[in-house]
Parts: sequence; structure tokens; C-alpha cells
Amino acid sequence: MDQITNLLAITLGAVLANNFIFSQFLGICPFLGVSKKVDTAVGMGIAVTFVMGLASAITWLVNTFILVPLDLVYMQTVAFILVIASLVQFIEMFLQKSMPTLYTALGVYLPLITTNCAVLGVALLNIQNNYNFIESVVYGITGGLGFLLAIVLFASIRERLVFADYPKNWDGFPIALVTAGLMALAFMGFSGLKIW
Amino acid sequence: MNIAFAVIVLGVLGALFGLVLAVASKVFEVKKDPREEAILSHLAGANCGGCGYPGCAGCAAAILAGNAPVTACAPAGAENAAAIAEIMGMSAPTGERQVAFVRCNGGTNAVKRFEYVGVKDCISATKVAAGPLECDFGCLGFGSCVAACQFGAMSIGPNGAAVVDPEKCTACMACAKACPRHLITSVPASKKVHVACANLNKGKAAMSVCSSSCIGCGLCQKECKKDAIHVENGVAVIDYDKCVGCKLCTKVCPRDAILPIATAEEKEKYKAIKKAQAEKAAAAKKAAEEAAASSAQ
Repeated sequence: MDQITNLLAITLGAVLANNFIFSQFLGICPFLGVSKKVDTAVGMGIAVTFVMGLASAITWLVNTFILVPLDLVYMQTVAFILVIASLVQFIEMFLQKSMPTLYTALGVYLPLITTNCAVLGVALLNIQNNYNFIESVVYGITGGLGFLLAIVLFASIRERLVFADYPKNWDGFPIALVTAGLMALAFMGFSGLKIW
Repeated sequence: MNIAFAVIVLGVLGALFGLVLAVASKVFEVKKDPREEAILSHLAGANCGGCGYPGCAGCAAAILAGNAPVTACAPAGAENAAAIAEIMGMSAPTGERQVAFVRCNGGTNAVKRFEYVGVKDCISATKVAAGPLECDFGCLGFGSCVAACQFGAMSIGPNGAAVVDPEKCTACMACAKACPRHLITSVPASKKVHVACANLNKGKAAMSVCSSSCIGCGLCQKECKKDAIHVENGVAVIDYDKCVGCKLCTKVCPRDAILPIATAEEKEKYKAIKKAQAEKAAAAKKAAEEAAASSAQ
């Protein structure tokens, strides 16, 4: 029971209270880059969720069974980047062969994830928070879902920005950043959330 | 010592991942047709979407699969279409370069029904009481086509109607899809005479809404020596296969609806020439009659 409560707390924290985009400001670059249309935002969000879950699992294993026993914890960041980059490459090849439809749906976003710092962030946070394997995987997947939620909400607002009446010189990124800031403020409301 | 250890461990880790990837690339290899790359290199590469496929890669795949013609990429031009045809083992297509043309020269000449103050977008404007112009066929001038053009070939002309720069136009026809009034068509780039009106109404109905509307009077049709211009459904249409660009129609058009618009001077000159010709013909006829009469006597 304790375990389930704990996982629920991690889930709620990752999706709402400690949302990767809005309260930890990780993964801002794809968040701003691919949020012009809801369709592409959904594609990016799903791809990130997928990779974050897998990366959490593999980096936890690498850390626990390779880095810690060999006393090389200070090389974490380098090792994790190595893992994530090869993982994304591998997934791309795997999908292209076995799930071409998913591959075409994710398209260019799959390789883009290599440079998404939320993925490296989740791997490092797993270690920092002393999560066990299951907790790490849950944190990875739900962190990805939080990213999906944030980018889809943001994309749907950006689509409607066309009809907003704001000064012309705010066109494009300025107004997008203002929107993102206001959304981050709104998500701060979740930080008071308690489930126990 | 420590450094060497870290280097070795990470090096081994990297080599391991590299090995896995190398194996994976063989195991999960997807055979790609080399022709696809070759075709892609002959497309415009602008990812304009004018062909209707998602990006140039999508178009290349469609051409390879036979779903799209080798001329699918209008911006790439005839030269590249021929190269693609060669890759596909087909004979080169013929056909000259096309450019987009806006069939409206009205703009500020058109009578306004009301002052539209909403979103500056043609589709939005047409949703409000059928648009702010009395003319149901006129260019609204809010520039949806300008926004759709990836090549900077569209602009709103000095009189408020959209115009195409034929030098920059690649005939991708993205503008035609953006125009809610379907005013933009593709015309041969070498032809210079165009009817710049799409108003299907005749006579007064067309005359009262715009000062440069085609009223379907048929003067151009009578004047044309090559049978290249006809009034169809109330608007003059040029048959580009027959048109030789003599511009006689522009000189007789009472509404200045045919481009390039003839100046008043040119029109006067042409009128004078015609008058002189008519007089000469009448005189010749009279002389012939007199001659006939005298020979009969």
C-alpha cells in the first residue's frame, strides 16, 4: 500500500506539481520549437514519453550496476548522454523496421529527442532522489506525460493566439514566451497539492 | 590512474553501445530504393507542400510509387522534371513554365459594401456578410495568398488587389488554395495578355459593383483576329493556345479589365486607325460600285 501511495505521489508530482516544463524548466527547446500545431505537439509528447520511460530504466541500470560498483558516479552525466544518444538511435532503427507507421508518425521528432534535456534531467533526478528501479521507470513515464500535457495545452493556446489582439512587435516567440510564463504561473497552483 | 580507469570504462561502454547499434543497423535494415534519393535531389527542396504531399521526401516517394506525375514539383521546373523522368525510365514531359495569375484588378476600384474591421485574413472576411465588397468575385486584398507564398512572389498591388511577380513565381499554387474566392489560376509564363476579372455577372450587375469589371459585352471577342478570346458565362476568357499577344482586345475593352491595360492614348490611336480603315474601305466600296455602275452603262 505504501508503495502504491508513493508511486501515486511520484506520478502527481511529475505530471502536475513538479511538471518538467513549468516548474523545472527542462526541455524548453522542443516545447517552444514544436508547439505550433497540436498534431505535431502530440507526436513530440508521445515520443518524449516513450524515450523518457526507456531512458530512466536503462540509465538506472547503468548507474546501479556499472557506475556505482566501479566508483565512477562522477561520470554520470557523460555516461547518461552516451546511453540516451544510443538509445534514441536504436529506437529509431527498431521502429523503422518493425513499426513503420509509428516511425512515420513520430517522424523528425524522434532524433530531436537526443537533445531534449528533460530526458537527461529525468535520468539524473532519479539518482538524486534515490529512486529504486520501479520508481525510476514510473517517474520517467509520468514525467513524459507531464511534458505531453504541457506541450499539448501550450500548442492549443498558440493555435488560438492567431485571433488574439496583441501588439504586432510581440508576434512569434515573444508572445509564446509570455504565454508559457503565464501557464507556468498557473501550474504553480499545483505545488500546494498533498495526497497523504 | 583514476583517469585511465574512467576512460577505459566509458570507452568500453561506448564501444558496447556502438557495437549494439552496428548490429541493430544490420538487423533492422530497411531497404531503400536508391532512386528515391536521386529523385529527391531533383525536387525544389523548399518543402512548400504545393504538390499536396508532406514535404519533398513525401513527393519523391509518391513519384517513385507512381502516385504522382514526374512533373509533380512545379517549383523545380521542366529541367528537373525531365531528369526525374529519366530516373523513372520515362520520356521527358513537354510543357512550358506556368505562373500564377490573380483574376482581379479591382481592389480599390470595387464598391465597398461595408468597412470590415475584423481579422486581416481573406477567409475570415468572406465569413462576415459574404465579404466587404459589393463584388462577389473580387480580390479582398487581405493577403491570405501573400502569406501562403513561400517564394515572396505575391504582394498586394498599389490598387489593393493581389498581384503575382512572374519572375519569382514557381507555380506551386499554394496561393490558389489559400484564396477563398478562387481567383488565382495558372497561366503560361510567356503569355502577357490576361483577363483580370472573374465576375460572372453581365451588364449592369457587373458594372455597378466595380469600375474595372468585365461586363461580358463581347467587344474583345469581335476584335480578336485569332479567335482566342470568348465571353463564357459572362466573363471573357482567353484561349492561351491561340492568343498571340497582339493586345487588340485590351484596346477595345471599355472596362480596362484586360491586362496590360491600354492607355487612353493607345486607345485613341487605335480608334483613329480603325476609323481611317473603315473610311478607306467605304471609299473603296463606293469606288467599286461606281465603277460597276459606269461599266454597266
